[in-house]
Amino acid sequence: MNQITPIARATTPKDWETDQEVRWCPGCGDYAILKAVQRTMPEIGATPENTVFVSGIGCSSRFPYYMETYGFHTIHGRAPAVATGVKLANPDLDVWIITGDGDALSIGGNHTFHLIRRNLDCQVLLFNNEIYGLTKGQYSPTSAVGTRSPSTPYGSVDRPAQACAFALGAGARFVARAYDVSKDLSSVLKAAHGHRGTSFVEIFQNCIVYNADVFAGFTEKANAHHQLWLNNGEPMLFGSDKSGGVKGIALDRDRLELKVVDVVGGDWQAAGVLVHDVTNRSIAHMLVEMPFGPFPMALGVLYDDPSPTFEAAVMAQNASASEGKTPDLGKLLKKGQTWQVERDGPSL
Amino acid sequence: MATAVTEISTPESLANPPSQSVVVRFAGDSGDGMQLTGGQFTLSTALAGNDLATFPDFPAEIRAPQGTLFGVSAFQINFGSDEIDTAGDAPDVLVAMNPAALKTNVSALKLGGLIIADVGEFNERNLAKAKYDANPLEDGSLAKWQLVPINISQLTLEAVKPFGLGNKEALRCKNMWTLGLALWMFDRDRKPLVDWLNAKFAKKPELAEANIAALNAGHAYGETVEIGGQLRQSHVAPAPVSPGLYRTMTGAEAVAYGLVAGAQLAGLKMFFGGYPITPASSILHYLSGLKEYGVTTFQAEDEIAAIAAAIGASYAGSLGVTSSSGPGIALKTEAIGLAIMTELPLVIINSQRGGPSTGLPTKTEQSDLYQAVYGRNGDAPLPVIAARSPGDAFECAIEACRIATQYMTPVMLLTDGYIANAAEPWKVPDIADYDPFPVSFLEEVPEGGFRPYARDNHLARPWVKPGTPGLMHRIGGIEKAQGTGNIDYSPANHQAMTDTRSNKVLGVNVPDQEVQLGEAGDTLAVVGWGSTFGPIHQAVRRARARGLKVAHVHVRHIWPTPANLGELLHSFGKVIVPEMNTGQFKTLLRDQFLVDARPLNKVSGQPFTIAEIEAAIAEHLA
Repeated sequence: MNQITPIARATTPKDWETDQEVRWCPGCGDYAILKAVQRTMPEIGATPENTVFVSGIGCSSRFPYYMETYGFHTIHGRAPAVATGVKLANPDLDVWIITGDGDALSIGGNHTFHLIRRNLDCQVLLFNNEIYGLTKGQYSPTSAVGTRSPSTPYGSVDRPAQACAFALGAGARFVARAYDVSKDLSSVLKAAHGHRGTSFVEIFQNCIVYNADVFAGFTEKANAHHQLWLNNGEPMLFGSDKSGGVKGIALDRDRLELKVVDVVGGDWQAAGVLVHDVTNRSIAHMLVEMPFGPFPMALGVLYDDPSPTFEAAVMAQNASASEGKTPDLGKLLKKGQTWQVERDGPSL
Repeated sequence: MATAVTEISTPESLANPPSQSVVVRFAGDSGDGMQLTGGQFTLSTALAGNDLATFPDFPAEIRAPQGTLFGVSAFQINFGSDEIDTAGDAPDVLVAMNPAALKTNVSALKLGGLIIADVGEFNERNLAKAKYDANPLEDGSLAKWQLVPINISQLTLEAVKPFGLGNKEALRCKNMWTLGLALWMFDRDRKPLVDWLNAKFAKKPELAEANIAALNAGHAYGETVEIGGQLRQSHVAPAPVSPGLYRTMTGAEAVAYGLVAGAQLAGLKMFFGGYPITPASSILHYLSGLKEYGVTTFQAEDEIAAIAAAIGASYAGSLGVTSSSGPGIALKTEAIGLAIMTELPLVIINSQRGGPSTGLPTKTEQSDLYQAVYGRNGDAPLPVIAARSPGDAFECAIEACRIATQYMTPVMLLTDGYIANAAEPWKVPDIADYDPFPVSFLEEVPEGGFRPYARDNHLARPWVKPGTPGLMHRIGGIEKAQGTGNIDYSPANHQAMTDTRSNKVLGVNVPDQEVQLGEAGDTLAVVGWGSTFGPIHQAVRRARARGLKVAHVHVRHIWPTPANLGELLHSFGKVIVPEMNTGQFKTLLRDQFLVDARPLNKVSGQPFTIAEIEAAIAEHLA
């Protein structure tokens, strides 16, 4: 383990930029996410030398090259596994995983699942653009049914994966959502960093070349009333009088599912609107599964209820198993039944 | 295998009184505890001072249907008063616990050899399962051999009656009864076995007592029953071995201990990422019990995660290690390329098994040499070393750690199913005799600035632990610019980096090749690698005893090869290369040295016999 000074030193966003030319397409949502991360790091008191960004393969996975930290651009889908080794070798490091919808949910689905179920302390930023960008526009596991792409000229036929539902299903203890150009992305990142354990953040990211405006239905200014920003302890309200009325999310107690209700005169209690409780796992499941259209897009911290982390358990077991034992290789080699051979032959 | 153990020269050993060696094969149903019986017999043999080699041969199925031919599990041990190099060709004694065990093993038995058969199991049902039309114990078909039918089942039941076990549990003591008889036959001490049983069944004393009673009953049976002199006691004198402290060692254990030693000599903590696979899992098992040695083990979700996590740990400053068998190594291939590109130390152990695909999980083969040396996309060289015996695997694991850390490279260590499972007496080394090779991490910006891909005299790049202030840098699988390590696709840079990666590996300091028996310039050289050491060594020794100019050359460093190997090979009149594959090392030698190496191949899942190598020597000298 490194001797790391826990005292954070003040940094500015500039301190987190590298000398490398950023090579994403002009207008790519990744720029906004990069800026948000670089803006957030000083605010959370992170230090560049104790921070490691680990990524897989894809447009998003170029991210580490642009962060003035330790960084590892690994192979397709395997960032969670590499990150696990980094964290187990040095639990003091602040580990961030940068991945995409193809990287985390297709080729790396297995690793994403196991990372989350083990609850390794790290932040997972999944840039979801619902397309394979780096390979020039094939549909991805999160693409909507009917997505036309070079590999699906007649439209895709398979049902898309829902990243946050997958994460919760894998046992995630922190699930959040945001989108690239959102002013609130930084506060979501801060919350993710504040959570000990695997913090899973799905960031809707606009691929301007191959899947432009696929999230415009809620990210466009004119569609802001389709965003449900969740804040712990506050009612689940969205929309405004200008957009056709304030609405809220309530529970249909007979069918055990969520419903949209109108809020009249600000009286959300009367409408039965739910108050967001980040530790309510059942409601979290419902929030991540709300179909967009009839429902708004749930954003912010959807679920946050920490539980013991993997690396802490491994370290604790390493320590307890070693307790009172003096490592002595010479002794270890002589373990079990041995016999001494004298010059004249063997004897017991 | 005595090579790691003795310094007795061939003429000396041949001048000694006629050597005695005995080959015993225990064969039974996979539920009969034959591996356990064999293992314990091995221990008592080692304690009696004999040199020995063993060959466990068991089915891939955990509990194959009882009594079937494919459910037979066998354990062969060769022990003697002279140097023992192999598990022996043909057994002198076959213990057959049921008809299927007899059927699958009897043809290997030496002419006139002894068959001890449990007649209690030769009932109609078991005979049918073994596809016998008539009872071979009665129809005279075993006349070539000496048959000793004993109702081991019945005698065991009687011996353990006082302990009130159920029929099934009582019959499970059969292996101890058999072992008792075997211990009597070869004049072995029962005490270590009794101690072992008491320790094993400490929580179930009635089982300990029953097993001890069965053991004693088998021993007493040998002592008291007169059966026409067929079954007689013999004493095999201790083998002359160099003085020191000994223990038995399997290859898997030796690899685990060698890795611990290697990490210690490098001054590093070890991170081991593994995924269960036969026959490599036992390395993970051993290491997971050694946490106090700074070992963190991680059973990953798959082979890829196992190596990826090991690479991550190496990046963070631990010695990353992963282990598997052929199919798992195939899955790790892309990640091995990443370790080559990012130039991180990593030790990869391949306990080879029969292939391709799932192949023969429990059988031995050497067919992953191409995979180890060549099997990656791009020009992706890495050092490859091969252990020749269980004890040698200890040395090789240390060597792998040394090369990985000194050259910042993944290293592949080849063992195989035979080495992993087989046991041999092992002279416990003094760890103080090994030169440490401490790693020095780069901790400060060097003069002239920090360059993540700067080179030292080994062409290795600096190893920097994340957490070190001022040395933040990014690595990855994309081609790196020389020096800075930034992304660089330019033609000249790729040429230079490919050359550098290749030259780094070719420049690994490898000791000169020695001749194990004979000398340069002999008429014929038998060139081997890996676990073929035993049969080659014994066959060459016998040939030399007959005055033939035959040499044995056994190569540990498969890649890069020792600097003198080409010249050495060209000095011989002829070169033959026995391998448990279709000629992979032979091809490598031809390619590297334009030498007329001739193949001798066997891919039956069984090790070479001495006789097979002897026949090849005779043929090439004819």
